[in-house]
Amino acid sequence: MSIKIKAAGVTKVFASRTGPVYAVRNFNLAAEEGEFVCIVGPSGCGKSTFLRILGGLIAPSSGEVTLAPGGAQVPLQNMVFQEYAIFPWKTVVDNIAFGLEMRGVQKAERQEIALDWIRKVGLAGFANSYPYQLSGGMKQRVSIARAFANNPEILLMDEPLGALDAQTRVVLQEELVHLWEGARKTIIYVTHSIEEAVLLGDRVVLMTAHPGTNKSEFAVPFERPRQFALTSTPEFGQLAYAIWKDLEGEVKQAMEQQL
Amino acid sequence: MKHRPQFNVETRDRLLPIGFPILLLLLWEIAVRLTWLDARFFPAPSTIITALVNLIVKGELLGKLWLLPGFISTGDWAGVLKVFAEGHLWISLYRIFAGFVLGAVPGIALGTLMGMNRTIRIALEPVFSALYVLPKIAILPLVMLVLGIGEVSKIAIVGIAAFFLVLFNTMAGVRDIEVIYLEAGRNYGANRWQLFRHVILPSASPFIFVGLRLSLGTALIVIIAAEFVAARYGLGYLVWFSWQTLLTENMFAGLIVIMVLGTLFTSGLHALERRLVPWQREERRMPMDASEMQRQSAKS
Repeated sequence: MSIKIKAAGVTKVFASRTGPVYAVRNFNLAAEEGEFVCIVGPSGCGKSTFLRILGGLIAPSSGEVTLAPGGAQVPLQNMVFQEYAIFPWKTVVDNIAFGLEMRGVQKAERQEIALDWIRKVGLAGFANSYPYQLSGGMKQRVSIARAFANNPEILLMDEPLGALDAQTRVVLQEELVHLWEGARKTIIYVTHSIEEAVLLGDRVVLMTAHPGTNKSEFAVPFERPRQFALTSTPEFGQLAYAIWKDLEGEVKQAMEQQL
Repeated sequence: MKHRPQFNVETRDRLLPIGFPILLLLLWEIAVRLTWLDARFFPAPSTIITALVNLIVKGELLGKLWLLPGFISTGDWAGVLKVFAEGHLWISLYRIFAGFVLGAVPGIALGTLMGMNRTIRIALEPVFSALYVLPKIAILPLVMLVLGIGEVSKIAIVGIAAFFLVLFNTMAGVRDIEVIYLEAGRNYGANRWQLFRHVILPSASPFIFVGLRLSLGTALIVIIAAEFVAARYGLGYLVWFSWQTLLTENMFAGLIVIMVLGTLFTSGLHALERRLVPWQREERRMPMDASEMQRQSAKS
């Protein structure tokens, strides 16, 4: 296995009226090709900022980020955003085909790929709907399908299920596991849910409270393919609890910071 | 609880907006016939309709259309143009739409530029804001001084009015774009042009349509006012000339045409917006009137 993503000493400082504010401070991460890495941290720890740095949307103040291209004619990375960020003015099929269109893929071909993903994420019959006609869960399916349809080597997911209700969330977690197990892309998945991280990830990386840096790491040893039933096993509970005990102090500190 | 059949309310809602104006017109007609209203100032609706028909038949409103076949068969295109140029309605429409297009297109372009580029915005905004508040009709003498008293100055004044309205609304629309859409566009590889075409323009288009609607309304105002003072054809001229010669029924006929025009503009743009901005067609729930609410709660 080769290293696909390497981030060394990544720091992001924002200027503010009261002086510099560190969003991320000296954060390190390495992910192997095909690995599913979850980053968990208390709110405001800078995990979304770090993901945006990986996605090339924010430049780090210092430190180095390397995404190793595989050489194939596919994009290197694409993001799935928490707020869906699917375009309200495009239909479902056009949203999913967006990345392909930007890359100059011919209309017939990108339609075919998009329709295929529409089926895979269970939105058959909604190809020509506009986002306002969809529920939150369906919108996020479109957003996930947009990323997968573009077939990037790396997927960067910023709390993609964070805005959904608990039940929809479970359904989409299972679908996401299924999709990933079929495609085996390198995924960096930011979440604040420990259970979600343990269910989905190969490895869980914890961040400290603001300013976020490395806290600790947990390997997730469970067999794949995984299903939601995994969450009912004692091993799952023990691991999730161990992660929580490690993170608890940071979460409390984060809450105090917000007061 | 007794359900009143739904169609009752619906039929009532459909008849009322037509029936009530008809009632008003009837009252007007009766009032004039009983000489409660002075027919010199307020001619009866029937008189106004007759005047309108006469304006059409005499070729004043729509031009001498009966000359058209002759001109066309002899290939006299100048004659064809002259027919339309002498119809009050056509010449006003031409001025409005030529000015509207000439103002709206650069308005959208520069508004987008100002929305996207801070430097350009900060440099241009004070100048444009100052010019924007100036009533456009106030600069008609200046425009005529520069561009002469012909068609160009009238088209220009409409264009200027449309330009500022479209410019400021487009700029507001472009600045209103949620950052997440720009991020998504960039992350999925959109270049500058693609970002404009696929993200910025559609996102701003509801605002742009507000600008277009406002400027079409303003164009109507401006052109009528300009035709009051500086034209020999046009709906504004028709109204003004009819007043000066005390042909009040012609004046009212002109007002009716202007009114219909304004309504058609509004509904036309609405239709265009529904076609071009289909993602906005959210089924907004109709707000309930207080009287409806009382009736509903009384029923249950």
